[in-house]
Amino acid sequence: MTVQMERRQAAQSVTANGRAVTLEVKNLKVYYATPTGDVRAVDDVSFHVYKGEILGLVGESGCGKTTTAMAILRMVQPPGRIVGGQVLLDGIDLVGLNESALRDVRWNTLALIPQGAMNSLNPVMRIHTQIAEAIQTHEGRQPKDKLKQRILDLLSMVGLPSRIYDMYPHELSGGMKQRVCIAMAIALHPSLIIADEPTSALDVVVQRVVGQTLLDVKERMDVSMILIGHDMGLQAQLVDRIAVMYAGHMVEVAPVEAIFSEPLHPYTQLLIESIPSIKERKPLKLTEGITHDLRNPPPGCIFQERCPKVMDVCRRDRPPLRQLKPEHYVACHLYE
Amino acid sequence: MGGLTWNYVLKRVGMWFLTIWLGTTIIFLIPRLAPGDPVAGVISRLTAQSGYIENSAQMIEAWRARFGLDQPWPVQYIRYVGNSLRFDLGYSLANFPSRVESMVAQALPWTVGLLLVATLISFVIGNTIGALMAWERTPGWIRNLLPTTLTFTSIPFFMLGILLIYVFAFGLRWFPASGSVGRGLTAGLNWPYIASIIHHAILPATAIVIASMGFWALGMRGMMITTAGEDYMILAQAKGLKPSRIFWLYGVRNSILPQVTALTLSLGGIVGGAVLVEYIFAYPGVGYLLYQGIVTSDYTLIQGIVFMLVFTTATFVLILDLLYPLIDPRITYERG
Ligand SMILES: Nc1ncnc2c1ncn2[C@@H]1O[C@H](COP(=O)(O)OP(=O)(O)O)[C@@H](O)[C@H]1O
Ligand code: SF4
Ligand SMILES: [Mg+2]
Repeated sequence: MTVQMERRQAAQSVTANGRAVTLEVKNLKVYYATPTGDVRAVDDVSFHVYKGEILGLVGESGCGKTTTAMAILRMVQPPGRIVGGQVLLDGIDLVGLNESALRDVRWNTLALIPQGAMNSLNPVMRIHTQIAEAIQTHEGRQPKDKLKQRILDLLSMVGLPSRIYDMYPHELSGGMKQRVCIAMAIALHPSLIIADEPTSALDVVVQRVVGQTLLDVKERMDVSMILIGHDMGLQAQLVDRIAVMYAGHMVEVAPVEAIFSEPLHPYTQLLIESIPSIKERKPLKLTEGITHDLRNPPPGCIFQERCPKVMDVCRRDRPPLRQLKPEHYVACHLYE
Repeated sequence: MGGLTWNYVLKRVGMWFLTIWLGTTIIFLIPRLAPGDPVAGVISRLTAQSGYIENSAQMIEAWRARFGLDQPWPVQYIRYVGNSLRFDLGYSLANFPSRVESMVAQALPWTVGLLLVATLISFVIGNTIGALMAWERTPGWIRNLLPTTLTFTSIPFFMLGILLIYVFAFGLRWFPASGSVGRGLTAGLNWPYIASIIHHAILPATAIVIASMGFWALGMRGMMITTAGEDYMILAQAKGLKPSRIFWLYGVRNSILPQVTALTLSLGGIVGGAVLVEYIFAYPGVGYLLYQGIVTSDYTLIQGIVFMLVFTTATFVLILDLLYPLIDPRITYERG
């Protein structure tokens, strides 16, 4: 199909820093309409995901991570809407696509491991049916035994026993359900998988297992991934680069080592310092949450009310996200 | 695995038996708890009304024999339960020597036929309307039309029945105003007979459907809105499934479960609800019979009908309970 061909051609051309780019988000704005004004959940956010990498998207609850993910999928729920910007997946702007072209892109090129993975499977449908419908919706009817073998292969790829093929979701543990979601996400070999806090409802041991499964899958399939989460430990273990969001804005993007060894943005520094460490007990520095009303952000820097290093210029001008070193982007007046 | 287990079936059948036994016990007790001799009371009332009763001596004898009123209570009770379970419901007081079970047997098929069919039609139409009202992709004009159809539901049933008879029976003369089948037709599986039954049933059935579908529609609308917020709906959309598939297999399929529970209760009340319909449309069912029994103080007839009511209600509930695990795979798990 033409969309597919366009996608292939475009895929060659999009690069940044000399590397192939799967996803490029440009100046994305997503607002939720409320009686007292628009909540600016995502406000002028730009970032990209390289081919074959995992990008971690972090920031405290309510900073706009899920909204960003939903906007990329073009699935922002009312009263939310995409106000502006571009979402280029393999060079194609998803914001401009119509309903049926979007359905074609979804799952074929862009898959989701949703935030509420515990409840993300249809409770009245068997596991194999839920995986099969994803395949057959996009590839048409398949021979029965071939389809079954393919589903069993997918299950074993994420470390699930074949006996769950015929089961219903309520018969599986949380970790198993989450791995079913991962199996489903890789079924069509997409370019990009967005995993929204895929381990948040699981206990620690299962978190590691699911994290490892994600890593295996990424390595084996050479797929790009956005991993949303606030567990910095898990992020350190899994991702290549980290993007830090605060109150609807991207404040820092850098390789994972740089974020941990030399965080530049004061918010990122607080975030790193407040990681609970086993050796020393530090007082948690991040307790307040986002302090201003997202309907009415202050002029100037979005972080000024909580920033220990705030200056006069911070209250006047909003710092743009600039590349300070190779691959290290930050939005802060300290580095001008 | 979902589906029926022996344990579940045994429990349900046990409940069925218990309900019928309790119902029979209450029917047995109530006349005996009333002050005075029920037989003497009824006979004297009948005598007062008509001055003279044919076969009255024979009737009193039959009544006494039926209940063995000279026996001690426990013996009476065991005989009464035994007789009831064999559908031996005794003689009608007002229509002696007609037997109650044969009067009920003549009336019951009409009631069950009319109300069962009408209730199921109402269930299907009402739920579809409710689901469409809640579905955000429903075209605007349908969405505006649907609530108007439901305003009929707020008309009192009595007035609705009279209105239908006035317009379609006396005004347009499309349908007969009363009865269940035309005179002079050979009963059996021949088209003129069946056509006449349908012709007679349309008005009362329409009245039932119009009066009750709003109940289903409102319940379904609420459930669909709840279901629309579930995590699995987000994943279904992300998978690029066709909207019609999401509507039926995700939305309606999950929202219908509590509706089926409500259907159980409503089918249970079918015979009770039949009194008004059958009275207005002079339809010769159990409801009409019950009305006659009350008007003529026909104690045994009322008792017999109440027993049949308990029996059919319990049986409907049993059937639906046995079907329920087939539509909700979680149920055997939760309740063993
Ligand atoms: N339906 C909605 N109406 C109004 N505001 C919303 C709605 N959904 C989310 N928001 C707001 O958008 C912001 C971002 O939410 P979200 O993307 O879920 O954050 P995160 O995933 O980072 O926790 C939050 O401040 C939240 O209050
Ligand atoms: S711009 Fe100013 S207020 Fe904002 S983070 Fe930097 S120093 Fe703090
Ligand atoms: Mg979130």
